[in-house]
Amino acid sequence: MSNNFNPSIVGFFCNWCTYLAADLAGTSRMKYAPNVRVVRTMCSGRVDPQMILWAFRHGADGVLIGGCHPGDCHYQEGNYKALRRSKLLRKMLPQFGIEPERLRLEWISASEGERLRDVVNEFTAEIRHLGPLHKKQAAPQMAVAA
Amino acid sequence: MKGNGNHNARIGVYVCHCGTNIAGKVDVNALAEYAGKLPGVIVSREYKYMCSDPGQELIVKDVKDLKLNRVVVASCSPHLHELTFRKTTANAGQNPYLFHMVNLREHVSWVSEDPIAATEKSKALVKAAVLRAVWHEELEPRRFPVNPNVLIVGGGIAGIHAALTLASAGKQVYLVEREPSIGGHMAQFDKTFPTLDCAACILTPKMTAVKQSSNIHLYSLSEVSEVSGFVGNFKVKVKKYPRYIDEAKCVGCGECIEECVYKEGKYPNEFDLGLGKRKPIYMSFPQAVPSIPLIDSATCIEFKSHKCPKGCVEKCGDRNAIDFTQKVEEVELEVGTIIMATGFKTFDPRRLPQYGYGKFPNVYTSLEIERLVNASGPTLGQVILRDGRRPESIGILHCIGSRDENTNKYCSRVCCMYSLKLAHLLKEKTGAHLYNFYIDMRTPGKGFEEFYKRVLDEGVSFIRGKVAEVSGWAQSPAEEGKMILRVEDTLLGIIRRIPVDMVVLSTGLEPQADQQEVRRLFNLGCSAEGWFLERHPKLAPVDTFTDGIFLAGCNQGPKDIPDTVAQAGAAAAQCMAHIDKGFVEMEPNTAWIDEELCSGCHVCIGMCPYSAIHFDTEKKVAVLNEALCKGCGSCVAACPSGSAQQNLFRDEQLFAEVEGVLV
Ligand SMILES: Cc1cc2nc3c(=O)[nH]c(=O)nc-3n(C[C@H](O)[C@H](O)[C@H](O)COP(=O)(O)OP(=O)(O)OC[C@H]3O[C@@H](n4cnc5c(N)ncnc54)[C@H](O)[C@@H]3O)c2cc1C
Ligand code: FES
Repeated sequence: MSNNFNPSIVGFFCNWCTYLAADLAGTSRMKYAPNVRVVRTMCSGRVDPQMILWAFRHGADGVLIGGCHPGDCHYQEGNYKALRRSKLLRKMLPQFGIEPERLRLEWISASEGERLRDVVNEFTAEIRHLGPLHKKQAAPQMAVAA
Repeated sequence: MKGNGNHNARIGVYVCHCGTNIAGKVDVNALAEYAGKLPGVIVSREYKYMCSDPGQELIVKDVKDLKLNRVVVASCSPHLHELTFRKTTANAGQNPYLFHMVNLREHVSWVSEDPIAATEKSKALVKAAVLRAVWHEELEPRRFPVNPNVLIVGGGIAGIHAALTLASAGKQVYLVEREPSIGGHMAQFDKTFPTLDCAACILTPKMTAVKQSSNIHLYSLSEVSEVSGFVGNFKVKVKKYPRYIDEAKCVGCGECIEECVYKEGKYPNEFDLGLGKRKPIYMSFPQAVPSIPLIDSATCIEFKSHKCPKGCVEKCGDRNAIDFTQKVEEVELEVGTIIMATGFKTFDPRRLPQYGYGKFPNVYTSLEIERLVNASGPTLGQVILRDGRRPESIGILHCIGSRDENTNKYCSRVCCMYSLKLAHLLKEKTGAHLYNFYIDMRTPGKGFEEFYKRVLDEGVSFIRGKVAEVSGWAQSPAEEGKMILRVEDTLLGIIRRIPVDMVVLSTGLEPQADQQEVRRLFNLGCSAEGWFLERHPKLAPVDTFTDGIFLAGCNQGPKDIPDTVAQAGAAAAQCMAHIDKGFVEMEPNTAWIDEELCSGCHVCIGMCPYSAIHFDTEKKVAVLNEALCKGCGSCVAACPSGSAQQNLFRDEQLFAEVEGVLV
């Protein structure tokens, strides 16, 4: 895949940990790839698998979910729910013609600005390596509720 | 998705330059122009500082003149200014929840290298906000009353000062301390820098005031075991460990201690770091508060064999205060606000074996020296070596476990100053020759540099260099029987060997060993070094990310007593602000269930960590209790029919936002 492919990545970051890690990376003036666009949710447990498929369907080449470390979720265990859902979804993604590597879940705490930078950079490089998601064959033909 | 949102949305987009913070990287003019062409956008402007008064007035005027019903501000993190702009739109007569914010500064301009990419990313985020805002609805914040009682965890100088401040304002305080007495580290010191006030003289009156205040309810030997609820309405369980002496009956005469079968202290006294001995029944130090002895069940003969003559019980007589049957008690408290004042621990120098702690008997930690120089300490203030000799030369090694890549990278802030203090006190008490080995001398504080000068003038030697090793290999008669400090004197540029009789390790400050567990219990964050995380390093230094919980003292980072006390006062003021306001307003980000759509599948019920959802067996639908919902959205993500929704994070809002970021 050509190296100047610029992937579009949606980041679902929880309000209490990963979103704050991104704020910290900012106040610390760390530089990282501009490809991840953040959608804030209160908790990673709010991230609906349909939302992830919706992102792939609308042109995302990758989806990064960021939550608090195990035991640190602001709502006790929303991050475990996110973990279970993403594991299941990763199993299903190939059925839509989407490589499971395009979905990643990471625990990044409010103090881990450096880790946020590294994860974003690594994931962007990985998606760049995978190349664009061919939308025609990949568009998940599922009904989205609501 | 159902419907198309509000077709009548009239949106105003405001792009902030933040001086050059955003405008230096993002083409704000191009961005505003782009935003102006997005569907529903009536007006789009850029301005130097949106959060300034003129910036906010710009929004108010537009909302009124152009009849805007949605406002999007693209500036900094919503954690900083979301409330500011919600208020602005409210001032313009708009429901504040119709507002949405884009984080261009922390998430784009400060982290991007390429201006073109930064501008593209900004466009995507602004588009997402515009598409999302269309779906925003009018909401009302939830209001709850604030319980006026305050919980303070930790009874060091921070907890004591905060408790007294609140108590003097007439507030009820529960002070929970896990040791037998309050006082914390300060109670262990003899004198305090830079004024050399006697620590006991300034601390003891405050400790006594805690005891005497009818507004402070002290739980010693106690720990918090459970925390639930939210700002204004916390429920806390406290575990009270047995003292085996009834606090209500004991008058603190101490005669029971005299009558113990052990005529002398036999076991290491924890308060003296093992330098002194205590009996199984004891007071940790004479000024302890509560001034009530305790029995250590691990060493008391009665607990071991039930064969003790129990002189203590006999002496206590009909006061009957001694109770061998006491068990762990659990107390439930209801409070509106919480102050964390759990302090620090000192670095364990065994982790750096080159300094010989634990190997050479006359290598001490600074805290041990604090006990040795203390007039009411285990040696009554006599500084003697373990073999009873007086030291003739003493080396104080700064930065042990601070400013060190292998242990802690940070500076512990108080060690230079307390090392100067100890140099002064040790010289005064022993007449020995004192050497201070330092990397850099850090004396920023009122009267600190003057104190350094004073100690210099007293004839203490200062050697700039980090000691490499404390060894026992004498190479000359002068080194015989001494410990040898090998150090590169970086001012002279030579390696030196300095023989001394006593070594003092100025150990750094570290987070408590159980800091992580406590953090989880109270739902707090920690910095990379493990200190509790404040909400904002400059503007909200005592707030945490959990509303209603505040920080005071060294659990937030190393600091001296004056800074600790100032922070404790600030934390107390924050509690009072909540109490005097009387109510809290909470984000209306709760979930709700559309009965029409609910198929009664029960999935959401198991998802809720707060048991806020139950099943209505008559209607066969799930019902959500809004008062219990904390707004995580787990049920919404799990609901297969889309009947569970979350205010401010509705499916429509998030789906629209996702579409937007993918331009
Ligand atoms: C050797 C040394 C010398 C120093 N000399 C000076 C000096 O001369 N002048 C100066 O200004 N500063 C000095 N300092 C700094 C000073 O010790 C601190 O500024 C001060 O003690 C901080 O007070 P604190 O209340 O935050 O913490 P602490 O004194 O550590 O008190 C914390 C309290 O909380 C309790 N606690 C902890 N966890 C829990 C829990 N989970 N539940 C219930 N209770 C808990 C602890 O038992 C303790 O009583 C010195 C520090 C050291 C190490
Ligand atoms: S709040 Fe961060 S994962 Fe739940």
